[in-house]
Amino acid sequence: MKEEPGYYDYWPYHNRPKITWPNGAKVAFWVAPNIEFYELDPPDNPFRKPWPQPTPALPGYTSRDWGNRVGHTRQMELLDKYGIRGSISLSTALCDHHPEIIELCKERNWEFFSHGIYNTRYTYGMTEEQEREMIKDSMESIYKHTGQKCAGYLAPALSHSEFTLDLFAEVGTELFGDEAGFYTCDLFHDDQPTPIHLRSGKRFVSIPYSLEMNDTIAYLVQKTTPRNYGQALKENFDRLYQEGAESGTIMCIPTHNYQVTNAHRIKAYEEALEYITGHSDVWVTTGKEIAEYFMEHYYDVVNEDIGQKAKQYGNA
Amino acid sequence: MKILDKKQSSMGTLDDSYLNYPHRSYGMDHERYEWSMLKNRKPVAWPNGKKVAVWVNVGLQFFPLNQKGIPFKVPGGMTKPYPDLRHYTLRDYGNRVGIYRFLKAFDRYGVKPTFAMNTRLAEKYPYLLGLLKERQDEILSHGHHMDALHYGGQNPEEEKELVKTALDRLRNLTGQSVKGWISPAKNESMNTPDFLAEEGIAYFCDWANDAMPYNFKTKHGDLVAMPLSTELEDHFIILNNLHTAEDWGEQVKDAFAFLLEESQTMGGRILSLNIHPWVLGQPHRIGYLESVLEELAAHDAVWMATASEILESWKSQTA
Repeated sequence: MKEEPGYYDYWPYHNRPKITWPNGAKVAFWVAPNIEFYELDPPDNPFRKPWPQPTPALPGYTSRDWGNRVGHTRQMELLDKYGIRGSISLSTALCDHHPEIIELCKERNWEFFSHGIYNTRYTYGMTEEQEREMIKDSMESIYKHTGQKCAGYLAPALSHSEFTLDLFAEVGTELFGDEAGFYTCDLFHDDQPTPIHLRSGKRFVSIPYSLEMNDTIAYLVQKTTPRNYGQALKENFDRLYQEGAESGTIMCIPTHNYQVTNAHRIKAYEEALEYITGHSDVWVTTGKEIAEYFMEHYYDVVNEDIGQKAKQYGNA
Repeated sequence: MKILDKKQSSMGTLDDSYLNYPHRSYGMDHERYEWSMLKNRKPVAWPNGKKVAVWVNVGLQFFPLNQKGIPFKVPGGMTKPYPDLRHYTLRDYGNRVGIYRFLKAFDRYGVKPTFAMNTRLAEKYPYLLGLLKERQDEILSHGHHMDALHYGGQNPEEEKELVKTALDRLRNLTGQSVKGWISPAKNESMNTPDFLAEEGIAYFCDWANDAMPYNFKTKHGDLVAMPLSTELEDHFIILNNLHTAEDWGEQVKDAFAFLLEESQTMGGRILSLNIHPWVLGQPHRIGYLESVLEELAAHDAVWMATASEILESWKSQTA
């Protein structure tokens, strides 16, 4: 086991090279709906219990199912209204279970990225070969059902191994060359993209996804009120917009259909979306488009700056 | 199964079968109900052109002092060493004081409540039971008592007996046919729906996975799963999320506004409020409940209805 993950060097949020998003935008704004399938009776994993109660664990299972039956359409209509294309963090078994949802997202040209097979199957305890197979299965499922070459990854239920990012990048290359497997949402260390060190040396970037703005963290962990959540979204945006004048920032709202679209919560979410998209210098986009734009225009500049600072100040 | 020490590296301890997905196919990963998106269903119209059915569901609960906590301590139950007078009496407050504040408020604003009652409470407090019977409000079963949980791994014979006893006695005490059921903590075993249907239950409220009723298969015919929201419960918002009663009221009003809007294009909607006299019946909270009830009851688009009335109207349009 390692003291630190080793994916990136220290890079102070201070005197960084300036990033400007398309059309001079200060903030790249994206919404990442997690569209997940939780199993009623998943197999045991020795490192993490899928449910707190013995099977059937109704509170958790029914709430997730509600999100697919009721919530998805509500969120989709809201994103349509504000001209936002979702970047879906997808439990890829959902392509088999609920193809209707996949169709609706395809019609809207939303992005699909891999969030594993089920959100009740964890990476913990897998061999490298098993994890590779799971990741490959998920990327192949996305291609088969949507025609998209999966660019991004968020590990299922945020369960990782030391090899997760390497394997994702390698499977992407194996299946589709440089067109797939080039960004991750698994790291929360920055408000701007970071080039990531991988054992293959592939060009690969971390795109800020924000656990802090994640509705499940807000509602289930922080137990916030809907209006406080809406307020936090606006304040998060305000600061990133202000700083984005100096160098472009990224704001992501990761959502779950079973949280944010509840009848008593959706208004606060809508107000925040209206507020954010009502600003002129916002690039409303997807995770993949941010990663591509950054890699084309800033990856080398940023990498050089990071390398120079690491050399100058050392990285012990 | 034992949960291993998270400090050790987890690599390579899983069997390859962990990558088998036996239920990975169209629909749900079980056979209890059909997969269906709400937006694809035929819109429902409530009686007299009303748009939102308001179902005020009152949990009348008995939390035993000698709680066994099998297989877990019921939320809202005893948490301290025996005798946990603090929690016992604070829950009992609801059945002595809070409920009468509720009834007064219901009558003042013309609210038609539905009562979910533990059988043990009906046995213990004949005065309260008598009053409810006199009012002729609908009473549904909330199981035997709050510590009599239904759960995965429970002995089926034992559970079957628990369902039967709870229902027989409540039917006997209330003189009502008792067609509805909410398990304590909304917790079930895989067999619970079968036992409920066998004992003549028509609808149950443990599966909070939809915004409208739907058919749920059992070995003894279909039940209807009724959408009693957990997210809007007083217990959940005030005691689990630690929001104020004022926040609860605001969230209910926001929910109503949204459902009313959705009903304009999608058909009738249900606002279900599962409330408890030991939570909202406190002097500092009751005013926020009253404010919610006053606003809802006065609204032209609202159909104040019992669980069975909503069920019957829905059934008549979907059969």
